[in-house]
Amino acid sequence: MITAAVQEREHYLNASYGIKSWLLTKDHKRIGLLYLATITFFFFLGGAFATLIRVELLTPQGDLVSSETYNKLFTMHGVAMVFFFLIPAIPATLGNFFLPMMIGARDLAFPRINLLSWYLLVLGGLLSLYAMLAGGVDTGWTFYTPYSTSYSNTWVIATALGIFVAGFSSILTGLNFIVTVHRMRAPGMTWFRLPLFVWSTYATSVIQVLGTPVLAVTIILLFCERVFHLGIFDPTRGGDPVLFQHLFWFYSHPAVYIMVLPAMGVISELVSVYSRKPVFGYHFVAFASVAIAVLGFLVWGHHLFVSTQSLYAGLVFSFLSYFVAIPSAIKVFNWTATLYKGSISYATPMLYAFGFIGLFTIGGLTGLFVAALGFDVHVTDTYFVVAHFHYIMVGGTIMAYLGGLHYWWPKMTGRMYPEGWAKLSALVIFLGFNLTFFPQFVLGYLGMPRRYHVYPPEFQVLHVLSTAGASVLAVGYVIPMIYFIWSLRYGKVAGANPWNATGLEWQTASPPPAHNFDQSPVVTHEAYDYSTVLGEVEVG
Amino acid sequence: MGELRLLPEQASTIAPEVDHLLYFLLVVSVFFTVAIFGAIFYFAVRYRRRSEQELPNPVHGGLTLEILWSVIPFGLTMVMFTWGASIYFTEARPPGDALSLYVVGKQWMWKLEHLEGQREINELHVPLGRAVKLTMTSEDVIHSFFIPAFRIKQDVLPGKYSTIWFKPTKPGRYHLFCAEYCGARHSGMIGWIHVMEPQEYQNWLTGGAAEGTLASSGEKLFEGLACNNCHHADSSGRCPTLVGLFGKTVQLAGGGMVKADEAYIRESILQPQAKVVAGFQPIMPTFQGLVTEEDVLRLVEYIKSLGAKAAPEGTPTPGGVPAPKR
Repeated sequence: MITAAVQEREHYLNASYGIKSWLLTKDHKRIGLLYLATITFFFFLGGAFATLIRVELLTPQGDLVSSETYNKLFTMHGVAMVFFFLIPAIPATLGNFFLPMMIGARDLAFPRINLLSWYLLVLGGLLSLYAMLAGGVDTGWTFYTPYSTSYSNTWVIATALGIFVAGFSSILTGLNFIVTVHRMRAPGMTWFRLPLFVWSTYATSVIQVLGTPVLAVTIILLFCERVFHLGIFDPTRGGDPVLFQHLFWFYSHPAVYIMVLPAMGVISELVSVYSRKPVFGYHFVAFASVAIAVLGFLVWGHHLFVSTQSLYAGLVFSFLSYFVAIPSAIKVFNWTATLYKGSISYATPMLYAFGFIGLFTIGGLTGLFVAALGFDVHVTDTYFVVAHFHYIMVGGTIMAYLGGLHYWWPKMTGRMYPEGWAKLSALVIFLGFNLTFFPQFVLGYLGMPRRYHVYPPEFQVLHVLSTAGASVLAVGYVIPMIYFIWSLRYGKVAGANPWNATGLEWQTASPPPAHNFDQSPVVTHEAYDYSTVLGEVEVG
Repeated sequence: MGELRLLPEQASTIAPEVDHLLYFLLVVSVFFTVAIFGAIFYFAVRYRRRSEQELPNPVHGGLTLEILWSVIPFGLTMVMFTWGASIYFTEARPPGDALSLYVVGKQWMWKLEHLEGQREINELHVPLGRAVKLTMTSEDVIHSFFIPAFRIKQDVLPGKYSTIWFKPTKPGRYHLFCAEYCGARHSGMIGWIHVMEPQEYQNWLTGGAAEGTLASSGEKLFEGLACNNCHHADSSGRCPTLVGLFGKTVQLAGGGMVKADEAYIRESILQPQAKVVAGFQPIMPTFQGLVTEEDVLRLVEYIKSLGAKAAPEGTPTPGGVPAPKR
């Protein structure tokens, strides 16, 4: 061996070898990487569906694919992205890898359950993937009845069962995180010394544990209705199709916060590290996460403003939706204030954080638009809503996910990513994103309904702009994929703490040893005290 | 490629109201977006890292700021809430003198019926300056009736009536879209709303070859289905008389009361056992599967025509929707 001259230190990646050592691992870090591979696959799968959708929409006629195929494309785009990418994205990869390390633990509370939850995600993913390959599903990711139960003749059951199984993965991950945060904090790691990523992931876990069972029940009812014709949702048997919408959104609205709260946690870390200041208003940011988790359960009815829900129910849900906006606003203001008199670095993760704050602000503010009853009547089920939630999910969650991945990449792999390429792709993603989705706000207000395969010609200019943006965005996503793989071999060796960050995960070697810490850490400082790390000699 | 517009046409009384709310929301949003983008940009340049070992003084927060930036946005959102809610209430309450029309959605077409008997598919002719109220239902899945130029939308459900109203303010031809995904040809479930000058509309109405009013075809159905064997014009039948029923409050067997509106009549035709009138036996068979949603609308319209007291919509008195006779 050429490299045998340098005896490499043992760490979690070389502690054991072989497929079996990965497939049967109980190491939260390896499981985090298994998740990373899984969700990356689903991200590019969902992205491929999105690409076909955008290419089809270049022209008003349906000339690339048939209407049936188009409907399957947007359904499978939603299913792949929501259930198999966005929901597991940050908690199951970055959370899995770093939550135990950030609180100074050796692993999660239940390492075997952690592995089981990855297998459940894979099993669910394979079931849904099977449905997609066997013929696809065309109900929209929302599975509205009675279309999904009595009219669609596509692979509804297999897809829904895949989501059902993946839901248990989400529940178990949430449970594991809750117990870990309660029971496994290092000595001295009090609740208010926790990094804010831990707070937001903890709040997310609460939603996962309380909300996901409702999704499971809803899918069982959907299954029974479609197979046994129970008549729960079928009006010809005395059922009510709107009941399905209530059940579905009772989970799926909080699920928005499952997707975005961990992203907010990542941003708190990034903003602090790259301005070398504690997050402004730590307690407010921490409690804002909890407030979002709680209030998120009380606003589902804002998806039903035109569904014949009663006027007064609409009133209550609109009112409560504005409540949930406040903790989100508090976070944005506090991040911005953290920059004040900081020492601001333009490292790639910080560029993603800037991007997140800007795009999440637009996504959040347009949330105020759609929470206004009389306004929502006009824009609901149009591209306005499509643009709004992509600003939150793509402009928010994916920006934070990529920012977090760059930030922790040196810790995960021991190697730096190439900074120049990374900055370039962050810029490309930001520009491509805005060009893709900003025109969709205008389209929506003009009246372009969502899920339209064919559309009136006056909407074409804006659709062409959006598709142009999507091609830029696609390039922006492929570049990191390439240089991350490249960096595994050729990246600069990172060292233990390349960013001078304060988190416990940075106080151990990169990549970390299998048991995380050579000595159990003892915490004596609040989070984000940069005087503890600056000037110290790096280890590892 | 078509022309590029930024705002849809304003062609109903609601449209400018929604647009005014849009302007308010835009002003607030642009203010906050510019403030936040500006602050980030300014701080990022002003406080850029000048040396690797730089360590700024920690600042932990400020209660006054936290209160300010919670309370001020909350106040602004309450303006949005109230404004949005007031438009919503206007949208939900049709004026009492509204022209009544029926809509049946099915995969993948809109069937629109005038009281005078004109039937249209994917086209709707309405007079300028007159409020129009649509009572809508679906034969299959959920659809949604959306007219962007009027800024209104309402889901159309199977097994249920929903209503929507508008008052056109500008003659012309406007898009009608189905906004709730409904299957393969969802994007083909579109049509046109034609807003005509009142005189022109009258000509159109009398020019069409209608086979009689909706109520009169309902009457034929009523006889054809032998409803009149039991439901007599006076109280001599085995079933309650339907004369003067519409809009009244009905006493039910086993207690309880129900207002005789469109939904109640529809239910009594399709599920007669659901609400039996006090003093009568549950002997009526179901007509589920024997009549289409359009037939039901005709029967409803016929029963309405059997005498109803006109009263403005929305009043708690058993007035209901005004009589169709004009």
